[in-house]
Amino acid sequence: MPAQSAQQPVLEVRGIRKEFPGVVALDGVDFRLFPGEVHALMGENGAGKSTLIKVLTGVHPSDGGEVVLDGRPVRIAGPLQAQLAGISTVYQEVNLCPNLSVAENILIGREPRRFGLVHWSELRRRAAESVADLDLDIDVSAPLDSYSTAVQQLVAIVRAVEVSAKVLILDEPTSSLDREEVRQLFAVMRRLRDQGVAILFVSHFLDQVYEICDRMTVLLGGRLEGEYLTGELRQVDLVARMIGGEPSDPGEPSDSARREPAEGADAPPFLRADGLARSGAIEPYDLTIRSGEVVGLAGLLGSGRTEAARLLFGADHSTRGSVRIEGAEVSLRTPRTAISHGIAFCPEDRKTEGLIGELTVRENIVLALQAARGWTRPLSGTRQDEIALHWIRALGIRPGNPEALVRNLSGGNQQKVLLARWLITDPKLLILDEPTRGIDVGAKAEIQKLVADLAGDGMSVLFISAELEEVLRLCHRVGVLRDRRLVAELPNDGSLTPESIMATIASGAQS
Amino acid sequence: MTKHRLFWPAVVLAVLLLANLAFTPDFFAIRIKDGHLYGSLIDILHFGAPLVLVALGMTLVIATGGIDLSVGSTVAIAGALACLHISEAADPASPGTVVASVAIALAVALVLGVANGVLVARVGVQPIIATLILMVAGRGVAQLVTGGQIITVTSGPYRLIGGGYWLAVPFAVLLAVVVVLLTALLTRRTALGLLLESVGGNPVASRLVGIRASGLIALVYVFSALCAAVAGLMISSNVSSADGNNAGLWIELDAILAVVVGGTSLTGGRFSLGGTVLGALIIQALSTTIYTIGIPPETTLVFKAFVVITVCLIQSPAFRAKAVRRRSSATRSARPRPLKTEEAEA
Ligand SMILES: Nc1ncnc2c1ncn2[C@@H]1O[C@H](COP(=O)(O)OP(=O)(O)OP(=O)(O)O)[C@@H](O)[C@H]1O
Ligand SMILES: [Mg+2]
Repeated sequence: MPAQSAQQPVLEVRGIRKEFPGVVALDGVDFRLFPGEVHALMGENGAGKSTLIKVLTGVHPSDGGEVVLDGRPVRIAGPLQAQLAGISTVYQEVNLCPNLSVAENILIGREPRRFGLVHWSELRRRAAESVADLDLDIDVSAPLDSYSTAVQQLVAIVRAVEVSAKVLILDEPTSSLDREEVRQLFAVMRRLRDQGVAILFVSHFLDQVYEICDRMTVLLGGRLEGEYLTGELRQVDLVARMIGGEPSDPGEPSDSARREPAEGADAPPFLRADGLARSGAIEPYDLTIRSGEVVGLAGLLGSGRTEAARLLFGADHSTRGSVRIEGAEVSLRTPRTAISHGIAFCPEDRKTEGLIGELTVRENIVLALQAARGWTRPLSGTRQDEIALHWIRALGIRPGNPEALVRNLSGGNQQKVLLARWLITDPKLLILDEPTRGIDVGAKAEIQKLVADLAGDGMSVLFISAELEEVLRLCHRVGVLRDRRLVAELPNDGSLTPESIMATIASGAQS
Repeated sequence: MTKHRLFWPAVVLAVLLLANLAFTPDFFAIRIKDGHLYGSLIDILHFGAPLVLVALGMTLVIATGGIDLSVGSTVAIAGALACLHISEAADPASPGTVVASVAIALAVALVLGVANGVLVARVGVQPIIATLILMVAGRGVAQLVTGGQIITVTSGPYRLIGGGYWLAVPFAVLLAVVVVLLTALLTRRTALGLLLESVGGNPVASRLVGIRASGLIALVYVFSALCAAVAGLMISSNVSSADGNNAGLWIELDAILAVVVGGTSLTGGRFSLGGTVLGALIIQALSTTIYTIGIPPETTLVFKAFVVITVCLIQSPAFRAKAVRRRSSATRSARPRPLKTEEAEA
């Protein structure tokens, strides 16, 4: 770690203030970023991390304070200016062009040119090179939307590190990545850091923060809580600072939130899939989910976890196989039919597949319930308010205003809205695809507890997460996928560890 | 108060009306003559009624992320069918004939709306293309119905729809008010509005929430066609004739403008019926203003375009912020030295 005292910060922020109608998102925040360091920006959902990043990069104009770049006060008018000034950013909500190729997305705005025209072969070559740099296996000529959220996130990262910037900002880049990609990303980050790049890193994974970061700045409710050296602040103290409480030692939220299924292991199956498959997406698989059981799906990026789940919700059509619900064969052709059978699905990509950004929190929460009732049977205004307020409180959604537009909420709070939407429909099977993506430590424990309680009351849950610890904490059984094939089904009897799951994934063994 | 969605459309309408005062001192005067209300404001409401209706249907279509270019043709077809039926009837003035002619016009509009709806929602044709078909073909159909002639009718009851008065108020205005209120009830008292906004705001997410989008989408095209048909009846009734060529010509553009000026985004999602009504009145007031202040006919379209662009810019918060910032930055120079790149942009 470089001796910072001798150095001048490459980027410094003094007394930054940002107000949105009704919310003070940043209130006099100071922040310094030195060359050659990885600096974590920490705080709860809605603490103002993303807003600080957006103000720094000119997405939002600030309402006060100043930004100093290389010792000079600057006014950055927009993301393009930020880029030209040497600040490269991956925003929390990936903003790429889904219908363009991966290569175009990586180099858009700085395409190699020849005779004034885009030099296509050079463009593909350079894109492939930067993808290979992160040890990724992505076809750069394929359209971006043929890839999952996680890969899209990786592409955004590739795009950001491709430019040689002075400052690299990564807002929750690892929220949907697997260990392996995280490791690759950290290798790249270390390399850049050693070259003198200043890196700002946001993550709700404390282990990752402690692994990669030299220093951290903690925000609390839009104010600066403090700046610390990572080595000098214990994790428990960090959590206490983030939530503004006394340091207590909650440790890992009780290492097993899981309850025994209400009716034991021989409860009747709620859903049974036989040889269900969709060509090109997922090979035939068998899966049984009992009432009150939490079944996890583990696997690497692109192993087919999401694809398998989507078939059970009718989000995609299966090309073969059958599904039985409570013993009767059903044809899940559309999400609507699946919903009518008591299935709910919380998709992984909340922005494009989950929320209606310009509708309010209340409207988003009641939407699934209302859709099931049909438009002729509206929920009354008071009933809607009641539901919305109840879940805003239950999940700690902030700001707690049901009439706030969902797109103005912080990422973690949006995720909670999505969860609330499905929980009110009181489903029999809840499919959760990365439900704790971008959710802070405190809320994550709450949600896990909620899922365990619901399962305790007899709800079946299919739980997908890249975070194996979380899968183990919640699930009674874990299905392991590899290369779009369900290769094993492991009972979580206490002997299962993240390492043994990884080993199963690696060997692809049939258990 | 400037936060309210209807604030800027209302301001624009007020400014437009006040501007007329400079040219027509008795612009706001309303007189009662023969038990009928008369005055420039009444005229704007009266002539604006068909546009209000067409724009109303257009609003719901646009809310779903679509667009309906065929409304002008539907206006012409509805008027042509009604007038044809009346002109061929034994007793043009009997209420029965008129009711039948209205029924025919609405029934055919229903079919046209279903055709649009099926093309968009079932077949998956892009709305602009699907409705362009009827926009072009529909004019031909209207011509066929009228036999390429202008059909004139003399029928008291028919005349009432677009040209008559009831309780001193133009009947067309009352009709428009009723339709607007019914639409507001239908969309805001049921969950229809919410589901439409959801489908338009994010179709992918809406599907995963279990909203049956295709039915809703078909419904709004049918509604739009019916609104256009009623507007077509009003227009032809007001002039007691049907002109397959010119009735409702370019009304789709005025309607789209009214919707946009009223604050509904063309990308779909949130819609505002109140905004659309104001928007339609703004467009109509603009047309009236153009006549009264005597803008040469060859420049009316340019003038109209200019006003519409100004209105849209005024409504954009980004533009207002920029305009304000530019003014204040000229007065304040003690700010930190801006980045070079920013100067390049400016
Ligand atoms: N465009 C906006 N309009 C209104 N309020 C906003 C807007 N953007 C952010 N906010 C509010 O500002 C606050 C800070 O949000 P921000 O996105 O910075 O949180 P965050 O720390 O990044 O949280 P997370 O960990 O959930 O991503 C929140 O209360 C949020 O609702
Ligand atoms: Mg954030």
